[in-house]
Amino acid sequence: MVQSDTPLLEARGIAKYFGAITALHDVNFHVGHGEVLGVVGDNGAGKSTLMKILSGLYQPSEGELILDGKPAKFSSPKDARAAGIEMVYQDFALAGNMAIYENIYMGREPGRKFGPLTIIDHKKAREMAQNHLDNLHIHVKSVDQNTEDLSGGQRQAVAIARATAFHAQLVIMDEPTAALAIKEVGKVLDLIKRLKDHGVAVIIISHRMDDIFYCCDRVMALYQGTNFAESGLAETSRNEVIGWIMGTKGHTASLAHDRLN
Amino acid sequence: MIYSPKLSKFLETYGIILVVIAMMVVIAISRPDVFLTPQNLTNILKQNATLALLALGMFVVIVTAGIDLSVGSTMALSMVTLAIASRAGLPWPVVLLIGPMVGIVVGIVNGVGLTWLRLPHPFIMTLGTLNVARGLTYLVTDGAPVSGLQPEVRYLGQAYYDLGIFAPPAGIPASLILVAVCAIGLWFFLEKTNTGRHIYAIGGNPQAARVSGVNVDRVLVLVYMISGFMAGLGGLLLAGRTDSGFPNAGIGLELDAIAAVIIGGASFFGGRGTVIGVLAGVLIMGLLRNGLNINNVSSFWQMVLIGAVIIFAVWIDVIRRRAAVRR
Repeated sequence: MVQSDTPLLEARGIAKYFGAITALHDVNFHVGHGEVLGVVGDNGAGKSTLMKILSGLYQPSEGELILDGKPAKFSSPKDARAAGIEMVYQDFALAGNMAIYENIYMGREPGRKFGPLTIIDHKKAREMAQNHLDNLHIHVKSVDQNTEDLSGGQRQAVAIARATAFHAQLVIMDEPTAALAIKEVGKVLDLIKRLKDHGVAVIIISHRMDDIFYCCDRVMALYQGTNFAESGLAETSRNEVIGWIMGTKGHTASLAHDRLN
Repeated sequence: MIYSPKLSKFLETYGIILVVIAMMVVIAISRPDVFLTPQNLTNILKQNATLALLALGMFVVIVTAGIDLSVGSTMALSMVTLAIASRAGLPWPVVLLIGPMVGIVVGIVNGVGLTWLRLPHPFIMTLGTLNVARGLTYLVTDGAPVSGLQPEVRYLGQAYYDLGIFAPPAGIPASLILVAVCAIGLWFFLEKTNTGRHIYAIGGNPQAARVSGVNVDRVLVLVYMISGFMAGLGGLLLAGRTDSGFPNAGIGLELDAIAAVIIGGASFFGGRGTVIGVLAGVLIMGLLRNGLNINNVSSFWQMVLIGAVIIFAVWIDVIRRRAAVRR
């Protein structure tokens, strides 16, 4: 694991307005090299807007992003990718009609370039994909399988493999386990831990406390468009984090939630 | 059944060729004296060359889950424009370029209209240009055919090479060679280049293509350009074969092109299909027509049968896919 004093990515005073609507205001946070940060928050708290800013899909109205100590501006997902920031989408965003290896290298195909056109080296792409999947301990029958023939967990694994295929420093995952069968959740969470071992930082957006408490180092809550609370995982509890999601601090056993037991 | 992605891909690609061979055997048995003559075979290839080009263009569009209804009109517009240019005495290399250029322009209009105006479906945009291009075709010709083209312009549509073995008028048509060149070029583009693979990806999941950094709008404009180009080239062939540009050419031909693509195993919902399948689809339609013609079956029955074949071909595909899933 790579560690240094400057955080990998830092957000300072981020705000985002859509017309008269304030989606985010004064959001500050940081994520270190090889750190796994959980981001929680209720629907509409601004999680997805924040992630879209980090991945270059939106530009912040105010504030700045600092990458490795230097100000960074992403005007498109391509820029963010070039800087080593990748996104894994809740619905995986895979082309089901195409082979695993083609999905992994989509948009960045290996081969000979002639201007905007690349003559793809399919053989090399297959080998690269197989090696990369082996590295991450992801098992598939063949990299030639279409992704529509895979289970949800395998698809998520392929999506994560795509995100990490090119020296990613930070992978942002939107609800990585929401679309999975329960027996597959553990495998994906283990895969996330493995990324951390490879020195890749991960931001996980999740509603599931189990996910957060299984693989995060730190957790941060957004509430009504701003960061409400954060803590190292060891210094907090599920109940406290659930309280943050609902905009209350210091709540523990008194939550109605717990009495249902 | 043992599942092998390679075997299933092989069958998806080449199974259709078995159908073509089976049809040829059946027709040959029904009229052995006529069907297998070089002249008849040459005719089948020549008559279907234009449809093959239109179908190849339509195929690229259908792979993106789109549709291009304008190809028949675009072909007619290209055809009359180049006929007028030829009659006006423009040098023949220029006339040759005019056909495909007109097609490309209509394609750009389709692509840009679709992506900039954010129309809900390419059906709408190309339904518009179907009418616009046909109207323009009538306007520039006053509705009358323009005939008498330069010999160089007619060459691609009319020439054939008897290679010293076939008795005229039989031989390898120049139009067949043009179709083969286009098909191989298109195959290489779709299978081996990044843009070609992005076309398939857009058909499979446009959102996946977008988040992978593919400029979906730009690829779509290119796709409709290719379709227009092929329609223009088809116009050039037909103008050459008939030595004229007639404004009623290609009415309803877009539906034949769609039928050939679908019979050839491409998915109407995008992302699936092969160039070889499209050529097989064209041949299946051509052979069906020819087989019925030489057996003196009325052309009205031909329409009924082709309609039935379209439904049957897609049903076979549904069954095959269901079997592939239940491995």
